[in-house]
Amino acid sequence: MRLMQNTNIPFVGIRYWAYALSAILIIAGVIGIAVNGLNWSIDFTSGVAAKVNLKATDAKVPPLKIDKLRSVLKTNGYPEAEIQHVGEVENASFMIKIKSKTSSSDVSSDTKGKILDIIQTNFPEYVAGKDLAKDVIEEIYEVGPKVGGELRTAALLAVLISLVLMIVYIWFRFELTFGLMAILALFHDVFIIVGIFAITGREITVQIIAALLTIVGYSINDTIVIFDRIREDLKTYRKDPVADVFNRAINRTLSRTIITAGTTLFTALALYFFGGSVLHDFAFAMCLGIFFGTYSSIFVASNLVIDLAHATHKEKSTIQHLTKRK
Amino acid sequence: MKKFSWRGLSIVIFICVTAFYLAPLAIPNLPDWWSKHKLKLGLDLRGGMQILLEVDTSELSEADARGALDQNIKIIRERIDQFGVAEPTIQKLGEKRIMVQLPGVSNFEAAEKLIKQTAMLEFKLVAQPEDSKKVLEIVDANVNQNLSFFPKLAALDKKDKKVLAPDSTKADSLQAGTGVFSTLVRPGERDYTVQFDDVSIVQELLADTLFQRAVPMGFQLALEKANTAEKREDRRLVVLHSNVELSGSDLAKAKVEFGSSTSTDPRIANKPYISIEMKRDGAMKFERVTGDNINRRLAIVLDGVVYSDPSINDKISGGRAQITGTFTTSEASELAIVLNTGNLVAPIKPVSTSIIGATLGSDSVRSGTMAGVIGLLAVVLFMLFYYKLSGFIADFVLVFNVGFILAMLTAFGATLTLPGIAGIILTIGMAVDANVLIYERIREELDLGKTPRSAVDAGYKRAVITVWDSNLTTLIAAAVLYQFGSGPIRGFAVTLAIGIIGSMFCAIVFVRSILETFVITATSKKLSI
Repeated sequence: MRLMQNTNIPFVGIRYWAYALSAILIIAGVIGIAVNGLNWSIDFTSGVAAKVNLKATDAKVPPLKIDKLRSVLKTNGYPEAEIQHVGEVENASFMIKIKSKTSSSDVSSDTKGKILDIIQTNFPEYVAGKDLAKDVIEEIYEVGPKVGGELRTAALLAVLISLVLMIVYIWFRFELTFGLMAILALFHDVFIIVGIFAITGREITVQIIAALLTIVGYSINDTIVIFDRIREDLKTYRKDPVADVFNRAINRTLSRTIITAGTTLFTALALYFFGGSVLHDFAFAMCLGIFFGTYSSIFVASNLVIDLAHATHKEKSTIQHLTKRK
Repeated sequence: MKKFSWRGLSIVIFICVTAFYLAPLAIPNLPDWWSKHKLKLGLDLRGGMQILLEVDTSELSEADARGALDQNIKIIRERIDQFGVAEPTIQKLGEKRIMVQLPGVSNFEAAEKLIKQTAMLEFKLVAQPEDSKKVLEIVDANVNQNLSFFPKLAALDKKDKKVLAPDSTKADSLQAGTGVFSTLVRPGERDYTVQFDDVSIVQELLADTLFQRAVPMGFQLALEKANTAEKREDRRLVVLHSNVELSGSDLAKAKVEFGSSTSTDPRIANKPYISIEMKRDGAMKFERVTGDNINRRLAIVLDGVVYSDPSINDKISGGRAQITGTFTTSEASELAIVLNTGNLVAPIKPVSTSIIGATLGSDSVRSGTMAGVIGLLAVVLFMLFYYKLSGFIADFVLVFNVGFILAMLTAFGATLTLPGIAGIILTIGMAVDANVLIYERIREELDLGKTPRSAVDAGYKRAVITVWDSNLTTLIAAAVLYQFGSGPIRGFAVTLAIGIIGSMFCAIVFVRSILETFVITATSKKLSI
């Protein structure tokens, strides 16, 4: 069986349509970010951490199951709550972390009341005989972000350095134009996905950042495979117009592009449909990333190389320009 | 077997390394040095330990105090990062507290020690013997006058008197001239000696501010570092000038080194020690101090404990020194980490330590695993269906690849979190990419009418360049992220790099070997691909 054998799709010819589509998606993303803002998760924002003691005074009541507490808080307005046991399980002492909706300092007392309400209505048997004001919520703090400003700056710096080094490597192996356009395509992918997250109001968690980095790795990989074929074909078909060489190279790598996108998308879709709520958004970002990463490799990165090369060189010297290194 | 091949050897090594690190997951009762390499599960999957720390900013100015918490968090994070890829959670809790959560419990004590060390490094001159004697006499007298402030000493005093003189009326005359403190501290070979049984009470006294007031101005008492190898050893007590000649802020770099066994210096021969390099100002100060105090002793004091107090034989320029002492290797490397990451800005003390549970429910772990199995199965079946026998080989090798990824994560001491597992599942989807690239190329070559043998050769020759270029670009990014990133970014970079290296090796070396050894011979006419 063969997929996509001997295709001759005019990818280069329809590139302006692709540019237009990308522009629309990016503009929509910008509007989405401007209007909705980014929904940073509790990993990045301050919140409230409460230590809650739910050991029933009546010894006959079995210890509260953590999953039950999770689902109750989830259905009562705190879907992002992070809950863990503190100490032995039978002590039923929990640490609950939730995002604070406002940044004022009296937020903890406000949240305290809300959590107490939820607990009282849903778990009366676990608070029976206790002083609600003192014994249930033992401690409550304003809690700083897991990923504070410092960590964020360091991460951003690391990403920028790695992008520069990727450009340098591609410059060394191909040509500067290829390097610049490959990175531009990466920004394109990441921007569209972040835009979609802003429009749909999904949370940006540490996991989503990891997904974005994975997408960057996937997309650059995909782009370089096509570049590599272009580099080879530019040497083989020296007489052909540059646009034809590019188009042939994209078509000849198409089966591989589709298969790899397909196998990766299988796994991402499996995570999306069967991975549970925790991995849902992560898998969503990955599915989008594989789709747009593949799209940008086929329609954006190499086409931009043609346009930039044409803009700076005459047709005749373009091939020399693009193949002057290796 | 034919002639020796590097490819064969590398595959054998690949499988052995994988088996070594995965064995502890499957086989119980392995020896300790082996089973300690076990893949750690993250805070989200299995929980770990939590320590609440309180920052004491009472000694800082208001402006400094405000930044102290953030600064301390940064330093603690750096220390844990240097300790390994632990994926900790470090958060500010209210105005004065820091919450540190670490996955697992196995290394907790060492990590806790690492976090808590204030690491106040100071160089102080040792008092001359006659001064030391005087200082101790004054301390003794001061303590005796105010015995009511030191209930433990008072109790000890009573006990002593009973032992020495059961007839209590004679006690005073018998103890005349010497106080209870001098019964704890005896003149020793060098300086003074505290017997093992008395060490804890002396330690308590040294930390007591009331006792500190009993020591004459300009002097300070300090114990020598305990030898961790010896359980019950007496400790030396040294009298120091309290003036700080050099401090941790003069330090540029600290490094663990191992003295050669031929070294003439018994303090470093065959032992780990820490070599330190000072900043320019520090080096100048050090030169002046050593030049002015030849033949005296200079003590290297860390958190109030004397690590070593070598005699100054000569003026030392260049700003290099060694911290020697009875270190174990792990103690030395912990200390170097702490010295390099700098002093905590304000002292911290642990408020509570507790076991914590996983942040994710068991259902999310179950569904994550199920999704992984389904995704893996889909990829395996596709490869089998699309590339037939060659696809089967790729699938077979994929199993080793997944094993290799888990093994290497273990080797790096990485921590597996649920998103990490999801990342590995995605790597599986991407891992077949190198195979797909190569197989597609071989098919193209076969279409040109080449024999299987030369199609495989030609296909590999071309496709390997592509595989290198595309993967090396990503590998460069991973290396940078590891080097410059911290916390979760580092963990991500490790997983990414391992996935890339594993799948490249599998596609380029492993699959090709199987193809060439078992599938095609020079005369075969067809290739199932």
